Amino acid sequence: MNMHQSPEMTPENASGRTSVHKTDDAKRRLKKRYAFETRFKFFGIFAIALAATALFWLLSTVVGKSLGAFHETYITLPVELAAEKIDAKGNRDPKDIRAGNFSGAIKASLRQAFPYITKRRDKLKLYKMVSNGAELSLRERVMRDPSIIGTTQTVRLLASDDVDLYMKGYEGSLEARDVSGVATPLGTTGKVRIIVESNSFSSILARVKDELRDKAQRFRDQARREARGIRVFQRRIDTLPSDADPALRTDYEGRITAYENRRQSLIESAQALEKKANTPGGTEQVSSALPSFFLAINGGVVKITRVSPDAVEGQTLVPLSSDAPAADGSWQLLVNPQSEAGRRIRDAQTTWVEELRKAGAIDTTFNTRFFTAADSREAETAGIWSSAAGSFWTMLVTFFLSFPIGVAAAIYLEQFAPKNRITDFIEVNINNLAAVPSIVFGLLGLAVVIEFLGNDVFGRDLRSTALAGGIVLALMSLPTIIIASRAAIKAVPPSIKEAALGVGASNVQAVFHHVLPLAMPGILTGTIIAMAQALGETAPLLMIGMVAFITEVPGSPMDNASVLPVQIFRWSDFPERAFEMRTAAAILLLLGFLVIMNAIAVLLRKRFERRW
Amino acid sequence: MIALAALTIVVLTGLAYVASGRQASALGAQAGVELHSRPTYHGLYAALVTGLVGFGVLIVATIGTRAVLDSQLRSALPEEAQTYTVLKQDRLISDAKAKGDGSIVSRPLDNDYRVARDALAETYVGYKRTREWGVAGLSVLLGLIALVLSYRRVSPQHRARNASEGIIRGTLFVSAGIAILTTIGILFSLIGETLKFFSGVPIYKFLFGTHWSPLSGVFEGQINPSTVGAIPLFAGTFMITIIAMLVAVPIGLMAAIYLSDYASKRVRSIAKPLLEILAGIPTVVYGFFAAITVAPVIRRTGEAMGLSVASESALAAGVVMGIMIIPFISSLSDDVINAVPQSLRDGSYGIGATKAETITKVVLPAALPGIVSAVLLGVSRAVGETMIVVMAAGQGANLTWNPLEAVTTVTVQIVALITGDAEAETAAGPAFALGFTLLCITLVLNMIALRVVQKYRLQYE
Repeated sequence: MNMHQSPEMTPENASGRTSVHKTDDAKRRLKKRYAFETRFKFFGIFAIALAATALFWLLSTVVGKSLGAFHETYITLPVELAAEKIDAKGNRDPKDIRAGNFSGAIKASLRQAFPYITKRRDKLKLYKMVSNGAELSLRERVMRDPSIIGTTQTVRLLASDDVDLYMKGYEGSLEARDVSGVATPLGTTGKVRIIVESNSFSSILARVKDELRDKAQRFRDQARREARGIRVFQRRIDTLPSDADPALRTDYEGRITAYENRRQSLIESAQALEKKANTPGGTEQVSSALPSFFLAINGGVVKITRVSPDAVEGQTLVPLSSDAPAADGSWQLLVNPQSEAGRRIRDAQTTWVEELRKAGAIDTTFNTRFFTAADSREAETAGIWSSAAGSFWTMLVTFFLSFPIGVAAAIYLEQFAPKNRITDFIEVNINNLAAVPSIVFGLLGLAVVIEFLGNDVFGRDLRSTALAGGIVLALMSLPTIIIASRAAIKAVPPSIKEAALGVGASNVQAVFHHVLPLAMPGILTGTIIAMAQALGETAPLLMIGMVAFITEVPGSPMDNASVLPVQIFRWSDFPERAFEMRTAAAILLLLGFLVIMNAIAVLLRKRFERRW
Repeated sequence: MIALAALTIVVLTGLAYVASGRQASALGAQAGVELHSRPTYHGLYAALVTGLVGFGVLIVATIGTRAVLDSQLRSALPEEAQTYTVLKQDRLISDAKAKGDGSIVSRPLDNDYRVARDALAETYVGYKRTREWGVAGLSVLLGLIALVLSYRRVSPQHRARNASEGIIRGTLFVSAGIAILTTIGILFSLIGETLKFFSGVPIYKFLFGTHWSPLSGVFEGQINPSTVGAIPLFAGTFMITIIAMLVAVPIGLMAAIYLSDYASKRVRSIAKPLLEILAGIPTVVYGFFAAITVAPVIRRTGEAMGLSVASESALAAGVVMGIMIIPFISSLSDDVINAVPQSLRDGSYGIGATKAETITKVVLPAALPGIVSAVLLGVSRAVGETMIVVMAAGQGANLTWNPLEAVTTVTVQIVALITGDAEAETAAGPAFALGFTLLCITLVLNMIALRVVQKYRLQYE
């Protein structure tokens, strides 16, 4: 009680005193500390958000890029299967039919569909709209049913990847622009000129002039760089010591003159372009770096190459039916905002695709070919089935090698191994192996596995087969499986084994009948995770030569094979956009497999794992 | 033929199991006879012996006779081929084998060569048939003998259980030994080729030379020592690794700190799987991401700021590699941060520290050895990573400190050498030397990481 009487101890007094926590200094310090606290926490949230963003970015890239791969385009045309072209001998021998001129038949049907395409160059463009795959499938169809030789069949021809991308809108699409007035074409084929009453084309002209201004600006930038060169050499001349070689001075002066001349000519070109751009009206060339402009008039289509406010000149891609003046509203100005220089499909081809579309002869459907076909050099016929099958065989070999060996090694180390130096050495070894880069396993495979499987295991070269890949991946996943299995075996309480031993089981019986079954869910979980890792592994397989171009689906582990990740790597190397989409789609499939495997592992763990 | 032999051995094994088991059962059914082992163990013993002998002979004979076949083929070279150079003889032998196997044969050099090849091919086919029959017959025969012998051993006194358990234990031991065999295989294959390489190239020129284009100076299969300076590769690997760690360490560490000390259960249950997904994505996918998405973004950003950025910049590869390593760092750090006892934190809170102060002044110092080892393991991961750099970093050996330029790495060059068009013999040397260097670097990093944890770990309790 006495203590409470003491004045220092009463709360009122304590707060009345100048406490260390109450000075302005202390308050500032406290504020700083709390600010640090907030900042620190924010950093943590920020880090997780960054990781999540990266994941989201990656997945959305893959999904976004893959979307185009799931549809393909077909052109439907009547194809005359003339007997003299396909089976000249007329005896319906499959060998002769195989050698038949199917591509000729397809080309003939294309020519028939576009009778007005007569120039050789245009015909080539036309033929390129159909994929080589069309020829192959037509051949197969005739081989299956030779009775259709001599008849005309409606055939769905696989379109080339350029046409396919255009149909899906990746290469721009035609948009109508407002135009008015009566348009009068002068001529119906070849180069034509079309005159219009209003200034309907001034917007095109404005675009062309903008581009001229851009070009002038580029010239001026270039001229500025030349001027910098002049300054550099001027400075060198200024700082030249008096006893310098006079030849050096003349050399520098010569360079300056050259720079000056280039600068002058660049500026003159820029001025000329600017003058052109700034004078209203006039006639200008439409370059291929600009959007493509078309005029649809009198049933024909004209690609505009020269433009003035009230007239255009161009090449007819589809001939006009007449040169009668077209009334206001009966003709159209069409624009593909993507420039011809920036895409693979040519302007003429887009026009013909539009003609096919009008006739209902072109359509896109779901791309089953991608899932069922083997690899190919052409994007539109390339599929992932061969590499998926290769992955399956490789994984099969890997599983049947690494699972029994891994589990056996884990059982030995956990249950039978005496505690001695050999055991320690094995343990350290396994831990080190788990950290060896996968590419080193590839080198091991190259040096050892290939040596044993190469060239002549009874006359079969097994170098780029699923067997070789499977062995290398098995060696690589062994440490993972052993470590996971050991953990699972260790988690089984010793009492269970002891009970088995107590009723008279031998050590081997106790382990195989009691410990192992209880450890199995954990072992399987670890194995599945190791398999998932192996499924995504690429580098060691590159090393042992599984990069081959495989056009046949492997039917056993002894056939040459590719695997999904290697396929992804190979396709990602091709510049075509259509291949980029297929790469992304293959990634999506691979990720799908991995998700399924991991889901199974999680399920196994949830369902069977016991906590003792 | 060989497949048939394997199948026969499988059948023999099954037969051994059934026959010996039945025999034992029959014996056991007699009055007054007590079997030491139950009939299944007699069956198991016979099956194990038969299978092991059969398949063992099959595998050993296959591998063993291969060398014999090669040497016999060499001694059977036709007259006219005796004068050929060794290289030409090798080619002749492999061409003859290809012809004998009925696979694709390269065009013969000349008519003499064709004659010699065809003669040798015929010899080879003969040898091949003999070998196949020999191996298959021998393995089946010995399997059969094993079957008979083990069958005859069935008796009440035979300790079949102990014997088969012994075999099982032996198998388990051999399985554990495969890990060692793998290590020995790696070391021998790498060291062998590496030594061969260093017999032609002084080691210091490889380790300290600054000019790398190993296949440009090849003369008669000999590599020019002045073109195999690996410094540009080491520098490139170092730079990409540094960039990766600059991305991965702060993000991974902060994520681990937040998840272990701040996050609610719900946040943790979302964020942890998220990081695990990041860890499960194959590296080839990261490579695609780096090449298709990140590199163009970096280039556009750089150009907008007036910098010239290579399309295969070290920065793009490094950043994406960093993203790949984030989950690695975060999960390892998470473990060590969680291992710091709660009492340390409570003590710190007790004297009035804020959470952030507790973490930075108490938890992190205590967890530092573990974090350092996590970072070292991350570095070793980054150094050995292949696909991201193959797809997103450059090919040209470029000695530079500018992360916006293209550099190449050790792993990229190994892949380029092995998958390139060069003669396999010539390209193998530098590739294996690089592989060996890589192995040494990663092993040393791992060992340091292990030692750091062991030596500086604070022992609680």
